[in-house]
Amino acid sequence: MAPSSPPSGTNLFLYLLLLFVLAAAVAASAAAPEEEFTEELLLRPLPDRKALAHFYFRSSAPPAASVGRHHHLFPKAISQLVKKYHISELELSFTQGRWNYEQWGGFDPMSTSNAKPPGVELWAVFDLPLSEIDAAWKNLTHTLSGLFCASINFLESSTAFSAPRWGFKLNEGNLRYGALPREAVCTENLTPWLKLLPCRDKAGIASLLYRPSIYKGYYHSQKLKLRSSQSLGIILDQTLTVVLQPNTINGKQLHSNHGQPQPSWSIRHLFNRRLSGKCLVSKSSKIFMEVDKGIVDKVNKSGGDPSWNNEFFVLWNGPDRLITDLNNLDVQSSSIYEYDVSNYSKERPFDLGITWKLPLIWSSTPSPLHASRFLMGSGNERGSIALSFMSTNLHKEIFGSPNDCSIKAVIFQIVPWYVKVYYHSLEIFIDGNRKTVSDVVDKIHVTPSEDKLLPGTLEMLLRFPCSMQSATLTLDFDKGFLHIDEYPPDANQGFDIPSALVSFPELNCARNYPETDPLLGSPLLENFREDTAVKSYTEVLLVPLTTPDFSMPYNVITFTCTVLALYFGSLLNALRRRIGEEERELTKTATKRGLIPLLLAKLRGQKVDPTESGSSSESTGSKKLLFKVVFVAVAAVLFHYFSNNS
Amino acid sequence: MLIRATGRRLQMSRNTSLKRLGLTKAVNDSANVSAGDIASLLYLWNPWAIVTCVGSCTSPIENLMVVIMIYGACSRLAPLAAFGYVMATHLSLYPAILIVPVILLLGYGPDAPPTRVFILKEYDKQTSLKVQRFSWMTVLHFIFWLFIWSCYVLLLSSIILKKVGGLNEMFEKTYGFILTVKDLSPNIGVLWYFFAEVFDFFRGFFLIVFNMNIIFMVLPLAIRLKHRPCFLVFVYTAIVAMLKSYPSAGDSALYLGLLGLFASELAEMQFTFFLFFGYIGVSLLSPVMHNLWIWRGTGNANFYFATGLAYTCLQTVLVVESVGSMIKHDRKLRLLVTS
Repeated sequence: MAPSSPPSGTNLFLYLLLLFVLAAAVAASAAAPEEEFTEELLLRPLPDRKALAHFYFRSSAPPAASVGRHHHLFPKAISQLVKKYHISELELSFTQGRWNYEQWGGFDPMSTSNAKPPGVELWAVFDLPLSEIDAAWKNLTHTLSGLFCASINFLESSTAFSAPRWGFKLNEGNLRYGALPREAVCTENLTPWLKLLPCRDKAGIASLLYRPSIYKGYYHSQKLKLRSSQSLGIILDQTLTVVLQPNTINGKQLHSNHGQPQPSWSIRHLFNRRLSGKCLVSKSSKIFMEVDKGIVDKVNKSGGDPSWNNEFFVLWNGPDRLITDLNNLDVQSSSIYEYDVSNYSKERPFDLGITWKLPLIWSSTPSPLHASRFLMGSGNERGSIALSFMSTNLHKEIFGSPNDCSIKAVIFQIVPWYVKVYYHSLEIFIDGNRKTVSDVVDKIHVTPSEDKLLPGTLEMLLRFPCSMQSATLTLDFDKGFLHIDEYPPDANQGFDIPSALVSFPELNCARNYPETDPLLGSPLLENFREDTAVKSYTEVLLVPLTTPDFSMPYNVITFTCTVLALYFGSLLNALRRRIGEEERELTKTATKRGLIPLLLAKLRGQKVDPTESGSSSESTGSKKLLFKVVFVAVAAVLFHYFSNNS
Repeated sequence: MLIRATGRRLQMSRNTSLKRLGLTKAVNDSANVSAGDIASLLYLWNPWAIVTCVGSCTSPIENLMVVIMIYGACSRLAPLAAFGYVMATHLSLYPAILIVPVILLLGYGPDAPPTRVFILKEYDKQTSLKVQRFSWMTVLHFIFWLFIWSCYVLLLSSIILKKVGGLNEMFEKTYGFILTVKDLSPNIGVLWYFFAEVFDFFRGFFLIVFNMNIIFMVLPLAIRLKHRPCFLVFVYTAIVAMLKSYPSAGDSALYLGLLGLFASELAEMQFTFFLFFGYIGVSLLSPVMHNLWIWRGTGNANFYFATGLAYTCLQTVLVVESVGSMIKHDRKLRLLVTS
């Protein structure tokens, strides 16, 4: 036993060392919060035979103690962006298509957060002194432009962004907002967006993103939302909202509901593949199927119970959990069926679908006032912008009879500088009657546009009576003229006025889930519970402007300079003439006879009385002329003869 | 009214100078029309002036200031002339070049045939004539009042603009805007299309060229026509109306009205037929082309620009011919005197 005692001592030492290291590691990992990543997908059938798919990815990074932190889940580009520009909130969305507020809903958290204006919209709140924010914004637009392969850098010039104070979001002047309505969205923008996810689109829910089906959809919007603070660290939410027309099981697409049931679809039909497991580094991976309030009401009315298998529809799999939200009357609103993807894998792929058994027509809840915007006027000199509000069914439900109530609406609108709006010409019509502006407008803040420097910003707080049916606001504007370099490539198409934002600050559409703890950290449902005002975006307006003739720069410069030279030269010539010259000219015109009057006189047979000095010169002159004419004629004949011969 | 009064003074001075030249007989032979009345009627019934007033433009106020200045200078009232000059320059930048004829008016007095004619007459008849001398006192008086009025105006402006940015901003936004042609809306001149199409690299160069064109002509005209300062005012006004960065009908109204003051001297002007019908033609075609381009969308910017070019050519012809005929008139006087 003697030779083995020293090895046992070193063994013991090594063992203790290992234990110590393990303990330290455990302590360290227990002390420092971790980066987390969750992925979710929400599916919902829409009333007009379409399907909504909403992908939600959240990465969060804990507050960094030191600057150079290694990230293993969180995208490094984003954390560098946040640190460099001191961003406290940022949202960037790329959208193609228009959210159909009448059919797809206007009063739920989905439409409030995810219905975005077409093109690119970027807003950011900075944590910097006010004088440095514009420079930070410019650099931010360039960085994002490079990161997402889009031309967001057009937002850098001061004519493209504005700083609203309370119309968009209440702030102290450190918010900047810009929108590019004409920006097209394609896979080039989706790929870098997906590269920010830890699993990219190779595993997990993002692997469902089949590009042809996304870009064939009616609406797709990818959004990146960023919040950063000292206490919470950085939270990055990436969402992709797609509205698709599903191919039905028998391959036909039905566009009208002539008593046919809604199309039955599944993930396989929407995205051409099934889900083969979750992203391995994600903390949770869930799929939700949401059934609207309208459907639930109809099911309840017909006496069935709203489980996943009832007389109207049946889901292909039984859910792991059913989450219902209750409105303030404790009546069930919508139902969400939850599925956990971690139970599935490549060998056992997951496919979720809905099969309709009976035809069902329902409608999504619209916002109380439906806002739309259009242009009035003809000709390329002036026009009007009109913003109209129509009351909808929800309005009648919520606000029924009481007369004292009023709906508050906040309008935020940016117009580019070449649409010169006259804010004093604001007129408000309620139910067709003209009202004085001060009756309806509680608060208004206008930043007038400056030519080639600033866009015009309008923020208004309006108070409408509850009983109104419709309201219209009109603003007159003049159209400006641009230099030929400032026109975009297709100049005769026109210029875009970005969407206006209408929000109803007193109404909120938050969901009210009765159980709090079993939500088990689903950020999607947490978002639904947030108290946000109802928002809707209006249409983008296309304003045709007069165009100069683009092919004419040289011609214009030459013509103008010629006229100026004519003026310059003739005036100097008129000033320059001296008296002696004038007299010489006068005498010359007095004595000389033009050739043509002489010929005419000879033809008429009149006697021509030449002056003394002129007669001899006249005769010799005419002789010389005759000789010259004959000589030229002979030469011409000879030339013709010789050229014909050779 | 002021134009009429100015015309009266001009006529009086003309008569006195002609009498001194012993040409009274020639004067009585020609039709002795009252130039002041013609000019004022011309200004009132000018279709351009009527159109300006219908459009509620502020150019009549600027024109008023210019005419106040001319009247004050013709009547040797230095404070009035200085007031007119300061207000006219404050309202629009270009009357600043009218300081040359105003100083000449105050120094020499209203229009008269050139001094050489007087000297010739004196040489011929061996009588001693009093040659007009340049009176410095009036000019100094004028400059003093000019200084006072301009300080007053600037003080008022700076008080009003204290909140917004002060005098610097005022100069930048008013004079700077006029000189740098920032807005490219179409007008009856030629500069808007030019600066909409010119390449950015040459924009500064052409700005300098256009502004120098106006300034350059001041000196040669002053040298040649220094004995006729009122006519100089007319010529300068016409040149400015042609070459300024944002011309309008109101500017044309002013010089067409002043044209009437010289009706007797300019009686033998050539091309009057062409000019008269040219003006009518352009003033009818120009709104039509504007409508076609902007309101109907069937025309092109080139249509409207062509009418602008034609209008500039007409004004050139008017200016050159009037200068030429004034010089001829002086020569005729000289011939009459020496013959």
